Amino acid sequence: MWAPPVSTNFASIHLAALTDEAITIIREVAAECDNPVLLFSGGKDSAVLLHLALLAFAPARLPFPVMHVDTGHNFDEVIAYRDEFVASNDVRLVVASVQDSIDTGRVVEDNGPRASRNRLQSVTLLDAITEHGFDAAFGGGRRDEDKARAKERILSFRDRQGRWDPRQQRPEPWGVLNARIRKGEHLRAFPLSNWTELDIWRYIAAHEVALPSIYYSHTRTVVARDGMLLSVGGPVVLEPHEASFEAVVRYRTVGDASCTGAVESTAATVEDVIAEVAAARITERGATRADDTFSESAMEDRKREGYF
Amino acid sequence: MSTTSATVTPLPRDWGAPVAQRATLRIATAGSVDDGKSTLIGRLLHDTKTVFEDQLAAVVKASRRYGDGETNLALLTDGLRAEREQGITIDVAHRYFATPKRSFIVADTPGHAQYTRNMVTGASTADVAIVLVDARHGVVEQTRRHAFIATLVGVRAIVVAVNKMDLIDWDEAQYLSISKEVAEYIRALPTPVPVIAVPLSALLGDNVVEPSLNTPWYDGPPLLELLEEFDIAPANEVGARVHVQRVIRPQGGEFADFRGYAGVVAGGVLTVGDAVTILPVGIETTVTALHRAGKRVETAESGHAIVVELADKVDVARGDALVATASPTPPSVGEIVEVDVCWMTDQPLGVGSRYWFKHGSRTGRAVVAAVDYRHDLSSLEREPASELLLNDLGRIRLRLSEAIIADRYVDNPQGGRLILIDEATNTTAGAAMVAAHVR
Repeated sequence: MWAPPVSTNFASIHLAALTDEAITIIREVAAECDNPVLLFSGGKDSAVLLHLALLAFAPARLPFPVMHVDTGHNFDEVIAYRDEFVASNDVRLVVASVQDSIDTGRVVEDNGPRASRNRLQSVTLLDAITEHGFDAAFGGGRRDEDKARAKERILSFRDRQGRWDPRQQRPEPWGVLNARIRKGEHLRAFPLSNWTELDIWRYIAAHEVALPSIYYSHTRTVVARDGMLLSVGGPVVLEPHEASFEAVVRYRTVGDASCTGAVESTAATVEDVIAEVAAARITERGATRADDTFSESAMEDRKREGYF
Repeated sequence: MSTTSATVTPLPRDWGAPVAQRATLRIATAGSVDDGKSTLIGRLLHDTKTVFEDQLAAVVKASRRYGDGETNLALLTDGLRAEREQGITIDVAHRYFATPKRSFIVADTPGHAQYTRNMVTGASTADVAIVLVDARHGVVEQTRRHAFIATLVGVRAIVVAVNKMDLIDWDEAQYLSISKEVAEYIRALPTPVPVIAVPLSALLGDNVVEPSLNTPWYDGPPLLELLEEFDIAPANEVGARVHVQRVIRPQGGEFADFRGYAGVVAGGVLTVGDAVTILPVGIETTVTALHRAGKRVETAESGHAIVVELADKVDVARGDALVATASPTPPSVGEIVEVDVCWMTDQPLGVGSRYWFKHGSRTGRAVVAAVDYRHDLSSLEREPASELLLNDLGRIRLRLSEAIIADRYVDNPQGGRLILIDEATNTTAGAAMVAAHVR
């Protein structure tokens, strides 16, 4: 009969159970779908997701490619990290470029100093899924990120237009995954559904997952805008009334550089970050994503259009 | 927790002796619409300091917009626009919080009969269901339906949360009457589970996280403490099984000869050196190595995602099962399956209806050979039926296109559950639990 040791470490047991769950989901979707892909942005969630996927099939290599939807508004450190991770793990990388979607007229870019390419990614993503014939896309989305994400299934159906219909989700009893789709439809799989930001960081610590350096404290030239600190340069251009300044920051999330804010932080190590996240009083998206503060249902609206 | 002196309430207020403290408890809400499920979860999150400042600010703002007056904590889980506009829950929301004692995964489920399928989804992974009852209205049909479903899909215990006690002036007699009615109903179900009751007000927070001053007659703990102290009796030791999800073959490099079988352990502990039988073929071999999350391990327990190496080069494919040869309760193999089913789609199920099935890692076709009965939720009688309609619970027999390696759900839930998939729409139409040994 199983009995726990007296000094059981509950946090590590919880993390191990989440790890088992995620690996099981990844294996199941890979077995049921003909042509899956893993969405890899170089952010912490997709880094953990890819790490788990590598573990799921080890010592065999990853049986599917990874795809980066590249907005063109990148942090240099993240692209370097992406290329390094992919090369050192013998993983096949597909890049879908928002710039290409703009150049071919698939999407029209907003102009102005506050234009973001975040929303445009949905079109690029869906076009790439069609072009490559992917029938399932693994994403690093977590239910604790946003109230619309909190509603989504682990295996989430997308119709031929790539749309999510939150009112018609398939039941998912016991987490038994139903991967049946018709041609042209696809699935999104979220193995990290039940993880929190803290779980992600505990995994990064436990498995020594490398991350882009911008997740740790550094000095950066920023501008304060919409309650966030945006890195000056690249897509972020100072408006006449704005002034830049140097700040000691780190990134809590990494997305499109035009709308991802840094937070003031001196957390330089994984342990520092875990302590900081455990004490945080603001959600990661609330603190760092301009795109989610536009409206009450910003995430739901984007997801209906086919967003991650 | 010590045993309390139960003199007035009909139900015990503690879970009995702790068995095995668990790191994570999965809970789901249940009960009729407007009984306060989402508000209760909002209150739990709020009073455990799990709500972030920006989330609370957004809820305060949205409460004003929807004319809810004071801060409507239900908006913490009712995250879809259609839910906020109508003030109802449509689909399950999953939320997470932790106390110093354990981590909680919460599924807040919808009360509307129309969305019962989503309640099934939320309850199916829960260890404990919190069945809410509006103290003013008492037990209604949806209370019974949800309690029935919760026990059928396998929750291990039910908390009856008699809510809105503030609206009946904290009337003990009414509380006792309601909690007793629910407890007696659950005791009469085909698969009864332990029941505990709590009088509370989700709106005001009484007996949710903090004890209430309004219920001096209640000497039990508040809801959170019950959930923190709850310990699940260990699952039946039926013997370890692994339904093979995938064969891991590197085919080259230093691991060219590696051959491993990936899957999840259920039913018991698997140890290196154990004899295992490969089903359905019946060949016996030995476990030579186990891997979990990329590391070699000596043993693996129920729920662990592992890769198994075997002593012999044998033919094992996805859908097969590795079963500890010494299993006290071995699974059975067959194509004729008798199941209890929750029917979750508008198209009725009748004799001759055809579906896809998925059991473990095996999929195939299923045809309904017989509909034995449906459950009347009020009388709990088994009614003869020729078909099952949306939200019905009943017993049917299926003939499958290929044999499955299955346990009875009561013996080993992981090996005793299957889903039925509609052939036309591909939606998940039924949640089925194996009721008798397959043949």
